[in-house]
Amino acid sequence: MSRIDVRKTYKLYIGGAFPRSESSYTYEVLDSKGKFVANAALASRKDARDAVGAARKAFGGWSSRTAYNRAQIIYRIAEVMEDRRPQFVQAVSQSEGLSAAKAGGVVDEAIDRLVWYAGWADKITQVVGNANPVAGPFFNLSTPEPTGVVAVLAPQDSSLLGLVSVVAPVIVTGNTTVVVSSYERPLPAVTFAEVLATSDVPGGVVNILTGSAATVGPWLAAHMDVNAIDLTGIAGDAGLAADLEVAAADNLKRVRRAPAAEPDWLLDPGLEPMTAFLETKTVWHPIGV
Amino acid sequence: MPFEYAPALESRAIVDIKPSYGLFVDGQFVEGHGTPFKTISPATEEVLAEVAEADEADIDAAVKVARRAYDRVWSRMPGRERAKYLYRIARIIQERSRELAVLESLDNGKPIKESRDVDVPTVAAHFFYYAGWADKLEYAGRGDDPQPLGVAAQVIPWNFPLLMLAWKVAPALACGNTVVLKPAETTPLTALLFAEICQQADLPPGVVNIVTGAGATGQALVGHPGVDKVAFTGSTEVGKAIARSVAGTHKRVTLELGGKAANIVFDDAPIDQAVEGIVDGIFFNQGHVCCAGSRLLVQESIVDDLLERLKSRMSTLRMGDPLDKNTDIGAINSGEQLKRIRELSEVGDAEGAERWEVACDLPTKGFWFPPTLFTGVSQAHRIAREEIFGPVLSVLTFRTPAEALEKANNTPYGLSAGVWTDKGSLILKMASSLRAGVVWANTFNKFDPTSPFGGYKESGYGREGGRHGLEAYLK
Amino acid sequence: MSSTPTILEDVTGSEASLRRFLHGLPGVDQVGAEARAAGLATRSIKTSAKEFALDLAIRMVDLTTLEGQDTPGKVRALSAKAIRPDPADPTCPSTAAVCVYPDMVAVAKETLGTSGVHVAAVATAFPSGRAALDIKLADVRDAVEAGADEIDMVIDRGAFLAGRYQHVFDEIVAVRDACRRQDGEDAHLKVIFETGELQTYDNVRRASWLAMMAGAHFIKTSTGKVQPAATLPVTLVMLQAVRDYRAMTGQMVGVKPAGGIRTAKDAIKYLVMVNEVAGDDWLDPDWFRFGASTLLNDLLMQRTKMKTGRYSGPDYFTLD
Repeated sequence: MSRIDVRKTYKLYIGGAFPRSESSYTYEVLDSKGKFVANAALASRKDARDAVGAARKAFGGWSSRTAYNRAQIIYRIAEVMEDRRPQFVQAVSQSEGLSAAKAGGVVDEAIDRLVWYAGWADKITQVVGNANPVAGPFFNLSTPEPTGVVAVLAPQDSSLLGLVSVVAPVIVTGNTTVVVSSYERPLPAVTFAEVLATSDVPGGVVNILTGSAATVGPWLAAHMDVNAIDLTGIAGDAGLAADLEVAAADNLKRVRRAPAAEPDWLLDPGLEPMTAFLETKTVWHPIGV
Repeated sequence: MPFEYAPALESRAIVDIKPSYGLFVDGQFVEGHGTPFKTISPATEEVLAEVAEADEADIDAAVKVARRAYDRVWSRMPGRERAKYLYRIARIIQERSRELAVLESLDNGKPIKESRDVDVPTVAAHFFYYAGWADKLEYAGRGDDPQPLGVAAQVIPWNFPLLMLAWKVAPALACGNTVVLKPAETTPLTALLFAEICQQADLPPGVVNIVTGAGATGQALVGHPGVDKVAFTGSTEVGKAIARSVAGTHKRVTLELGGKAANIVFDDAPIDQAVEGIVDGIFFNQGHVCCAGSRLLVQESIVDDLLERLKSRMSTLRMGDPLDKNTDIGAINSGEQLKRIRELSEVGDAEGAERWEVACDLPTKGFWFPPTLFTGVSQAHRIAREEIFGPVLSVLTFRTPAEALEKANNTPYGLSAGVWTDKGSLILKMASSLRAGVVWANTFNKFDPTSPFGGYKESGYGREGGRHGLEAYLK
Repeated sequence: MSSTPTILEDVTGSEASLRRFLHGLPGVDQVGAEARAAGLATRSIKTSAKEFALDLAIRMVDLTTLEGQDTPGKVRALSAKAIRPDPADPTCPSTAAVCVYPDMVAVAKETLGTSGVHVAAVATAFPSGRAALDIKLADVRDAVEAGADEIDMVIDRGAFLAGRYQHVFDEIVAVRDACRRQDGEDAHLKVIFETGELQTYDNVRRASWLAMMAGAHFIKTSTGKVQPAATLPVTLVMLQAVRDYRAMTGQMVGVKPAGGIRTAKDAIKYLVMVNEVAGDDWLDPDWFRFGASTLLNDLLMQRTKMKTGRYSGPDYFTLD
């Protein structure tokens, strides 16, 4: 008789811990062929609230780490992912219905993207900051700073590469985040959370909720302690996007708008995914004796 | 015998205010179809002119004209040619600077020394700066071929009427956009004089359109579906309404909103300069400044000494006729604003803060409020949290740098902050930890076309000025 | 005998305590101080205010000649001019003083007589101050004995810049002692910093306090022999010092910018600054002076313009 395997309980990732949903609700996750894979935690508004609290708590420490340190940690995520590559290939293949070879290509791309973003940590300030030659005896310097707590609605289709492509640019600059994973393809996000938990990423910097962007999104969009929101995960749902933009206006969240369709994640991301969640601070000081 | 300064009035003869003004659309002044309104001098309540109100049809016409000018002329014009138009405008502003300054002081109530020495020179500098960008956009760090957005709807406030126009119009035009701009209803005159300057510069018709009116006109403009970009400076409340109104559209938005800036004075500060910075911070432009240093945070060990110096300095402020060259504090811009300042000050009294104001005779006509400070203010007081937008300073104390930071950042706003200390590393610590878009260290309320300006949190998003200011008008 | 106020006696007790005190004074931010001075300079003084200011400025002038080529004739002519700056207009006030080298004091005194115009003498090895203390003191006593009403001394800038504050302090105290007369009509002491050599506003502020604590009646910017001499921001810092000194000790000290003030327009800027920074108590020749030579004629020209309504020319005013 063959051995009965031990299955994993897929949970949320909040403040560096893996809790069940506060509501204890779960939902069935099916593979691309419609076969039951696992029960995922269904995040509630209270989970979103807890995650925002954890992200806020982590913000001060994460944003004040040196860029070099953040770079090393993001690179460390890539290292640990590489180490667990087969598991990710399997998860992506199962979730997205890709062949092992294609899923492998996606995982490689996701790891490489983390490496790419890791390098940005100590360069983005140099690229988007500015010394300003004001017409007077003043030193004047503009530097980018992280916006704060960023809610991210992760893409629905690209469960890993898409996820990495919206999370990495947010945290590399010092923001902390609450991510709502793909609803139908949440399992790679949970595995990714397990990587984060073992990659020197401080608890609370990334919080991952599995569940519905349509359900949790409005709570995050309206939350007064969230500074920005990325609506990529509701691409194509113009009605919901407009509603969330309206809710986001209550505290003037920076909004990265929902595209008409999910983008091609293989393209060069450019700077925009990072600059969307940066503030420019300009400091003046007199020059004299 | 005291040294009494005799009146030193700047002549009004240089300005020619017409009895009535239309809208500026397609390079010409045209009639508006709303209900005309009067603009007054807030110092005397004298009616200066009647101004047309743009209704929805007028807005529609202006946006269509701007679209046509964008499609047919401005977006196709090589950057170096656009640049020359902007340089022309900058030069004409310099040539007509005294006229602009007098008109600004008349319509706004601000002292002539500020309109003459700050507002108008900075306006010219702003056009000059962005003129130079028009043919260099591919070097702005936004790709090899950055493109304009289209038609920009721009709504500006009454505190720096012409300067806010410059902050909006100069980068928009440099990047190849056309604009429909609405000045505030209490201060439309310099924008209408700017329209004349566009005519003198032979700017192609439709590139700059100026529509006058109040909130409804602004709403119609911002909400017009033909608009690609909305730029607003004003209250956080209206900013939020605009953010809601553009939800689900393709319109790009920048918002420059309110503030409640902390001006933090440590015990080792260069004290005389700190006093000047406090005065500049809250009494410049009657405190009608979104980035005003309206919360003074003083280290407890020097609070008595500092307040004594501050009060003595405040007593030398000269309040009165905005056209008098020796006036430091002019008129409050409107009866409505005066009412708000009075109400919030009364809340300060009621909440137990102690009011001190400069003893001075207020003119009987016009809108006036003396330079005022409140001591005994705590973070919970409304006068420590809400933007008063007037010459009213709330004084709080702190004991340690950490407490100063905590108090300074404890606000939904994040536009600006000030720090005063002789200790370099403390300045850098404070500057990097303050959640505000502009930090003035050992100075305050400095502005420059090359220096990006804009807020964190509920003070809005986007930057105006500098290379960063181009971002708002390019894709 | 020390004239240091009781409240500051602890400060002047030792080199260490002097240093602690002077270096504990609030710093001066150069850019902010210069911006404040420039802001005050934009005041527009017209009509009655200008008439008031011009006459006041004339009354504050220490009409100065400090040249190797000075002769009794020159000093007599200058003194005559100090008494009646505008011979054509008897309402024109006299200047505060004439300022000469010690060897010319007697000549000046003789011409000025009982006019009320003081004789000020630069002493202490003016302008460099590079001499032994007993020679400096002899220089001072010589001028005092010759009848000088006021002594303008220079501080030892070398010692000041080397941080030897006690040395500078002791010299000022010694010079003030040398200003005494048997009859009790002591000469008033003005202490010149030569701010162009001190260079920073922090130094100007420290020198101001040092001199005031040592008993200066006046603090003075410059000798006129070093550029830059008096400037608005330097004078601003000194006016802040005398204001703060009075707030602490109750004692008033005068301020004298000297050198480089050539036009009535400039002089009026200084008066505005006195008015708004130190306060109108200082708007008096007892508490504010201009060390100048050519300034007087411009004040007179502007005064004539105010009275006649037309611009005057230099040919109408004496060149002494």
